[in-house]
Amino acid sequence: MTTPVKNPETQVKRPDESLFKRLTRQQLFIPVAALVLLVLFNLIADPSFFAVSMKENSLGNPVLSGNMISVLDNASELVILAIGMTLVTASSGGQDISVGATMTIAGSVILRMVCGGQVTADTMQMNLFLAVFIGIVVTAFFGAFNGALVAYFNIQPMVATLIMYTAGRSIAAWINNNQLPIINDVAFKYAGTFLPGIPVPTPIFITILMIVIFWLVLKFTNLGLYTQSVGINPNSSRLNGINPKLVKLLTYVILGVCVAVAGYIRISRSGSINYSRNAENIEMDAILAVALGGNALSGGKFNIYGSILGAYVIQFLTTTLYKYEVPSTALPAYKAVVVILLVVLSAPVVREKLASIKKAPAKAVKEVA
Amino acid sequence: MPKGIAVDNRGRLKERPAMSDTNLLLTITVVVFFILYLYAIIFLGGSFAKPQNFLNILNNNASLIVLACGMSIVMITGGIDISVGGVTCLVCMVCAVNLEQQGGNLFTVILIGLGIGLAFGVVQGFLVAHLGIQPFIISLAGMFFAKGMTTIVSKEPVRVTNEAFLAVKDTRVTVPGLGSYNKLGQYIPAYVEVGVVVALLVVVLLFCLLRWTKLGRAFYAVGGNNQSANMLGINVRRTKFLAHVLCSLLAGLGGILYFLHVGSGDVANAAGDEMNAIASSIIGGTLLTGGVGNIAGTFFGVLSLNTIKRIVASLGFDQAWWSNITVAAMLCLFLVIQSIVLLRKNKK
Repeated sequence: MTTPVKNPETQVKRPDESLFKRLTRQQLFIPVAALVLLVLFNLIADPSFFAVSMKENSLGNPVLSGNMISVLDNASELVILAIGMTLVTASSGGQDISVGATMTIAGSVILRMVCGGQVTADTMQMNLFLAVFIGIVVTAFFGAFNGALVAYFNIQPMVATLIMYTAGRSIAAWINNNQLPIINDVAFKYAGTFLPGIPVPTPIFITILMIVIFWLVLKFTNLGLYTQSVGINPNSSRLNGINPKLVKLLTYVILGVCVAVAGYIRISRSGSINYSRNAENIEMDAILAVALGGNALSGGKFNIYGSILGAYVIQFLTTTLYKYEVPSTALPAYKAVVVILLVVLSAPVVREKLASIKKAPAKAVKEVA
Repeated sequence: MPKGIAVDNRGRLKERPAMSDTNLLLTITVVVFFILYLYAIIFLGGSFAKPQNFLNILNNNASLIVLACGMSIVMITGGIDISVGGVTCLVCMVCAVNLEQQGGNLFTVILIGLGIGLAFGVVQGFLVAHLGIQPFIISLAGMFFAKGMTTIVSKEPVRVTNEAFLAVKDTRVTVPGLGSYNKLGQYIPAYVEVGVVVALLVVVLLFCLLRWTKLGRAFYAVGGNNQSANMLGINVRRTKFLAHVLCSLLAGLGGILYFLHVGSGDVANAAGDEMNAIASSIIGGTLLTGGVGNIAGTFFGVLSLNTIKRIVASLGFDQAWWSNITVAAMLCLFLVIQSIVLLRKNKK
């Protein structure tokens, strides 16, 4: 964590709790605290959770394995989605709940391309990069559709994306004529598993690449500034020469690109697709990651690194729950409780009340973890 | 067609200027429904003309009608509740487990259904109205919570064999004056299930509630403009809270009706019903921005939605995915119509 910003007011009034207060005011306080609590819990309950070992995978290559590796590996899709979702949240003050469905569309398109329309294919029928590029174009189009409804028709983001949330998985099934194509080419699975000779899962590299790309984009372009200003006040940003509708549309298209990359990683893990189960409930996790990262769900200022950290924390939580044999279908119930606690904690009314009570924030954060 | 509506609109403007949007959108809905159904009867053969076929739309969608009415009320106050499908599913499962494994009876089933609905409504309503959290986030969490809880209660489908329950489930209320002759020339009276009677009763009650009671008018006032409602002396928070409680309570009732229709608890029950409910409300002329809507419109919205689903199925697009795509397309179309209506109004 960076050094806390000093707040002279609290120091003067309550010198005894200034450090604690300064800590809780940090945007990254909640995800870091949640991460620390999760790590402590796992350390106490079972230190072997953190063990990392070398194992041979099905192809006979030595690869790293262990819970920590699986957290970093499995969080990849979520991290990539969280980046796009943060931008969408910041610009439009709402979230895209269709990401799981459009990820399935991306997967379906890419599979159809590489299988060449057949049900099973042993070798790829099309250049992989071209297939992924087509997937990106398709989901960027769906992103533009969502963005147009939000920006030009003034429909609430979550209701506008409800359309794709309903239709997305059906469209994905339609693209492949409801067949379940399977690709057995090893090269197709490189992105979701391991590159030959490298013991670290490939999705981790892709995620790092995406993070670096967005770091560069935010550093060298005005995208971040424009997004924030549109989210804070569209009218005044229009008066300052920014086109708020275009910026909103753009963030949805960017999310569409992120969705395609995430969708590609997801299907290349297995080389097959299940339309109703692929990336199920991931929209919930992505929104949760944005909220956990300390971003206001009502838009405006954002911190993309908070969301990334939030995504890893969620995957950590998921892996921990799996380890204690919570069935995957029951997971949403636990996560829903976490979401409700988080939004309650970040509600202005509650914040004001918490600010007047000394120890309350620490107690509440423990409940979250 | 727009010209005719404009005249109608203008005619009514003199009586109730504040309700013009509601009447315009209601008219569109009713007209759309009749055009759809007439199209089906004329071009898709006689099966649509049989009274029983029409009543089957009601039989299959009794729970959806109730859910959509609750959704409309929340949407009129300017909120939304997407947990209703999850609540329906949870109620079905808990009721089935109660009847089969815990020796419950019809009374406990009703109690459980309404209890679960009330619990969801109180929590969500409190969070939305008193803590000012976006209703979408809260009800999204509510939906996932309900679905997760359903699988925690039971992963396997639970079929109900309780006799008293099955007797109610199979009760058929014949509709006098309607019926058709089968191939052998026997007269078969048209029937509806018990659930439909309950659902229609709910529609009538809610219609009266929204039109003639203080609370009903408060819903519109709060949805139209929070601050002016506040100045009129309406307790905005309490009104929003009550809207969410009412919606979830109706979701609980919808769960009971769904359970009564299918007679089993299953994780896949009522999948996508929150979408159908929202789509029905929107097609029925409820504005997402609040303040405009009508229970009668919602009722016609449910009928239109299911008529078009059947039309799409009988046109040969009978694969499962077409149903979802149709709902989404209808939703999109009506959202855009609403948006245009609003934009036009704002420009005036």
